[in-house]
Amino acid sequence: MKKAKQFQFQVQPLINNNNNNNNNNNGLSFSYFDLLSEEIVFTILDLLTQNPLDKKSFSLVCKNFYFLESKHRRILKPLRSEYLPKVLTRYPHVTHMDLTLCPRVTDATLTNIASACNSNLVSIDLSMSKFFTGVGLLNLAVKCENLVELDLSNATELKDSAAAMVAEARNLERLWMRRCKMVTDMGVGCIAVGCRKLKLLSLKWCVGVGDLGVGLIAVKCKDIRSLDLSYLPISDKCLPSILNLQYLEDLALVGCFSIDDNSLAVLKNGCKSLKKLDMSSCEKITHIGLSSVFSCTICLEQVTLANGCSVNLDLADSLNKLSKLQSIKLDGCPVTCAGLGAIGDWCVSLKELSLSKCSGVTDEGLTYLFTKQKDLRILDITCCRKITDVSISHITSSCTDLSSLKMESCTLVPREAFILIGQRCHSLEELDLTDNEIDDEGLKSISKCSKLSSLKLGLCLNITDEGLAHIGMSCVGLKELDLYRCTGITDSGILAIAGGCLGLEMINIAYCKEITDNSLLLFSKCAQLNTIECRGCPHITSLGLAAIAAGCKQLTKLDIKKCYKIDDAGMIPLAYFSQNLKQINLSYSSVTDVGLLSLASISCLQTLTILHLKGLTPSGLAATLLACRGLTKVKLHASFKSLLPQAIFEHLEARGCLFQWREKVFEAELDPKCWKQQLEDMMQ
Amino acid sequence: MDHKEMPCPTADTWGKSFPSGNELLKNISSDDTPLTSSQRSQQKWEDPSMLDYNARIEPPFQDFKQRSETQSSLPCNPNNHNKVTDEEDVQMNGTIQTEKIQDWDPRAMLNNLTFLEQKIHQLQDLVHLIVGRRSQALGRPDELVAQQKQLITADLTSIIVQLISTAGSLLPSVKPLSGTTPTGQLGQLGGLFLPSTVGLNGSVQLQNNSGSKVSDQSNQMDITVNCGNEQNYNMEEHESKDDEDADEGENLPPGSYEILQLEKEEILAPHTHFCTICGKGFKRDANLRMHMRGHGDEYKTPAALAKPNKEATSEPMLIKRYSCPYAGCKRNKEHKKFQPLKTILCVKNHYKRTHCDKSYTCSRCNTKKFSVIADLKTHEKHCGKDKWLCSCGTTFSRKDKLFGHIALFQGHTPAIPLEETKGPNVPPDRGEGNEAINKVRSINFNFGSNAPNGNEVQNTADVKGNIEDPTGYFSPLNFDTWNFGGFHEFPRPPYEDSESSLSFLIPGSCNYTVPGSCNFTQKTGAESSSNNPE
Repeated sequence: MKKAKQFQFQVQPLINNNNNNNNNNNGLSFSYFDLLSEEIVFTILDLLTQNPLDKKSFSLVCKNFYFLESKHRRILKPLRSEYLPKVLTRYPHVTHMDLTLCPRVTDATLTNIASACNSNLVSIDLSMSKFFTGVGLLNLAVKCENLVELDLSNATELKDSAAAMVAEARNLERLWMRRCKMVTDMGVGCIAVGCRKLKLLSLKWCVGVGDLGVGLIAVKCKDIRSLDLSYLPISDKCLPSILNLQYLEDLALVGCFSIDDNSLAVLKNGCKSLKKLDMSSCEKITHIGLSSVFSCTICLEQVTLANGCSVNLDLADSLNKLSKLQSIKLDGCPVTCAGLGAIGDWCVSLKELSLSKCSGVTDEGLTYLFTKQKDLRILDITCCRKITDVSISHITSSCTDLSSLKMESCTLVPREAFILIGQRCHSLEELDLTDNEIDDEGLKSISKCSKLSSLKLGLCLNITDEGLAHIGMSCVGLKELDLYRCTGITDSGILAIAGGCLGLEMINIAYCKEITDNSLLLFSKCAQLNTIECRGCPHITSLGLAAIAAGCKQLTKLDIKKCYKIDDAGMIPLAYFSQNLKQINLSYSSVTDVGLLSLASISCLQTLTILHLKGLTPSGLAATLLACRGLTKVKLHASFKSLLPQAIFEHLEARGCLFQWREKVFEAELDPKCWKQQLEDMMQ
Repeated sequence: MDHKEMPCPTADTWGKSFPSGNELLKNISSDDTPLTSSQRSQQKWEDPSMLDYNARIEPPFQDFKQRSETQSSLPCNPNNHNKVTDEEDVQMNGTIQTEKIQDWDPRAMLNNLTFLEQKIHQLQDLVHLIVGRRSQALGRPDELVAQQKQLITADLTSIIVQLISTAGSLLPSVKPLSGTTPTGQLGQLGGLFLPSTVGLNGSVQLQNNSGSKVSDQSNQMDITVNCGNEQNYNMEEHESKDDEDADEGENLPPGSYEILQLEKEEILAPHTHFCTICGKGFKRDANLRMHMRGHGDEYKTPAALAKPNKEATSEPMLIKRYSCPYAGCKRNKEHKKFQPLKTILCVKNHYKRTHCDKSYTCSRCNTKKFSVIADLKTHEKHCGKDKWLCSCGTTFSRKDKLFGHIALFQGHTPAIPLEETKGPNVPPDRGEGNEAINKVRSINFNFGSNAPNGNEVQNTADVKGNIEDPTGYFSPLNFDTWNFGGFHEFPRPPYEDSESSLSFLIPGSCNYTVPGSCNFTQKTGAESSSNNPE
């Protein structure tokens, strides 16, 4: 964008002229941009997607650019609904509206959008607001006849009457209604009759909807591809008609507590199109029911049975029917050796397997499993605490193409085993080694995985700067690095990382006590950084934060809890530079009213956590809360509840802000080793 | 030993009285599963003992008949009880059965015994009275005597039944029986059905025998009797359904049944059974038989009182089915896809519903019309309570019926009740406040976009106007009214404006001292370069 700005001095403002093909040199100066066709400029604009501020800068160059940008924009994600009418007149070609950042979307907002966008509007996302009703939705549905996509999730106050208004949107194809708890069969019935072209419908947590509503959907909306019925009180009455849907590919039945083996036994007609099935947390379903499901859905590619029944030989046998199966997720299920072995035998083309938190995963079971598995790409063995280097040896020798390996808290795996991972699995892109015994030798070996983009080393107390230096030198594509409570890490380790991995987007150095401002100064060179967690780093000061603010313009999430040395001096540059910041945690820092109030200039700011700020006064808090117009969630100490007039909170809640009150007492910092010991005690 | 072939001529009366009892039992005892074995066993639990009575008490019965005024002791004849008392019995029986579902309770037993004692005393008084009267006036009309007789037998029967069941609750073998679930489950398993019934039967039988002190018959025999009975009852119960569609699933091969066709006049006639002596009409044959007794003693014999067509049941008889006289009707025998009607009652209801005017109008809604008065009565029970509404205006008393209707017809959609439609316009918790918010918001917006300077007065007025509403109260505080959040195209110098608004707002409306408010306004100015991320 800098280039564009240089040009702005040469560009003659073209008054009342938004056609830049018109090569009119009116004597004063000549603009090369006038030679560019609209299409070329649009193509350039298409590529300006990284930072939303870029397009803004572009439009500020000259009037012509301003008009072009207005004409080009299709997607709008406004921060406030108040200014929408004006914004909508500026952007007449908008097709996608994302209102998730607006804390308050009312009927008036929707009416404005409807009359401004008319038939242009294709998609609208209202998933974060609950202040609108059926009236606004009716306006949308009637005026925007080309509306295809509508997200109404979390509209917890929405009633059947509003659902009936949605039904007026005849061309709707994708509809999300997660957590619309007040909607019943009647409302869903209206939608089923009205929106006949629905291809995707999510009714997750719509606990008022039962067999009748879902059954009617299955009868009327024959085009459904994806259906999410999680946590609905549905039973065998509607299941057969759902599985009769000709094009159904993706079905989620998570936590449908009324479905049991008997209700699945009635399924006879096969659903040949179904590819993804999620039946997690259905407590009453055993391998008998699953067997009858699988016998009629033989084209399944992905099965999720998390927190379900025991994975034994019988269940594995029923999986045998699914010849196209590629992915199995069994998180949290009790498993047996025989079951794992049979899965290994039957499902030879597996690409993805998840066994996280499965009790009963042993070396023996995994050895059986991995004798035939060669193509596995994604493996999750989080919290399989019984496995040792035997399993790791088998996994790494048979699945050399592994791209993602998650093995948090496999505490019995010795440090030598991690060398095997680096030696054999060179395609790894994602590696989660949180809470493991890995040491510098292991890291050195893992640094051979040059494609690595996400590496999690939280609570790995054996690693030091030396190992991290290898990572920094070799894994240049690293985007995500988690060093939570890695107490052996100091600034020199960070030097290697920040110097090598310039594309870093997320860094967690929480409770790495040795880290100082130098590290933050180094990180300020990583321009892509959007998430920084450095809580509990006592040496970090406002200086380091200022450097981050100036360098990392993409910053959206910042956690500086318990950075006691950070004060108002750090907030002011943050407020000035980090215009993308959405979430900040300032608890226990030395920030006062002034610093807090300065944050009000960050218009994106939505989530604010301010517990135990010594310098915070009630009036300062009130001023900040009132000044930050976009706040949607604020975590506060409960003592402020009585210190401020109730009217302020009522006002803020009406504006769309949610308060979370915490009673926590001020806690002193623990030694990390002692902390880990506590955690282990708790688990035993 | 089939009870139909028993020498006892009243067997048919039995057969008739049981189904109703059976139905009642079904209602009282447990679930709606048709014919679970529990139900059967319950039925059996009272019925074999009676049969036993029947067989044994045959000689005294005659006796009893002749000198009906006798203060007969406990082993009386249960055959004589008429319908009303029968139902009463069963009801009591039912209550006892339900009590038994819980564990045996000595207190309940005591209650029962006290109740029985009272009943016996009452009966004693009654018989005393009759004895007294009889000595006074001999040669009273037969009917009065018969009534008294019936009253006494009814009371006695109920006492016996209760005594048996009270005694029965003591036996441990009954307990699993009384809890309906285990037997119910067995019944649902289908294949296991018969053996389980037999087994249970044995225990019941044992209990019954000891309860009633009649034990000379072998259990095995009784079981077969019972099985036979059950089937008979089932059929009867089924037939007694007056719904013409009851036979929808029936697939009798043509020719396997005899087709009868009544004429229109016959169908529409109010009475079908006429007294040959006085010409009085009756709807039911049984009522006619009861009536006939008044015409002389020859109509009082058990043979005369018995259901006439049941005598021939021993020889295989062609099943009777009925045809509707209306030509072209699917129920007419000439129709290609003829579906016969099962009973005369079915014919009547079908003919009236399908081929007659609907002359009965609901007095509540004045819209629904019926041709069968029973339908009207059923409707009137629910009229006005139909809350499930379709867009076509049809109402349903049940949600599933509405959804079935909608699934069937194109373009019909559930209609949301009006009061709810109005509701959401005004959110329940905020009420009018919400409107106020909107108003304030739009005003703010207006003066933000038009002429920032001139509107402060109006704004203050607004604050006062909405002072009770928190949103209205604070909304002027939106200092970034002046810049359009992320959409401020060209930087304006907003410093003056925002400063003035702040100085006016913060101290003025809420008395907060804002440290560094100057700094703060500076920042607000800087914010004009804010963005609209995607």
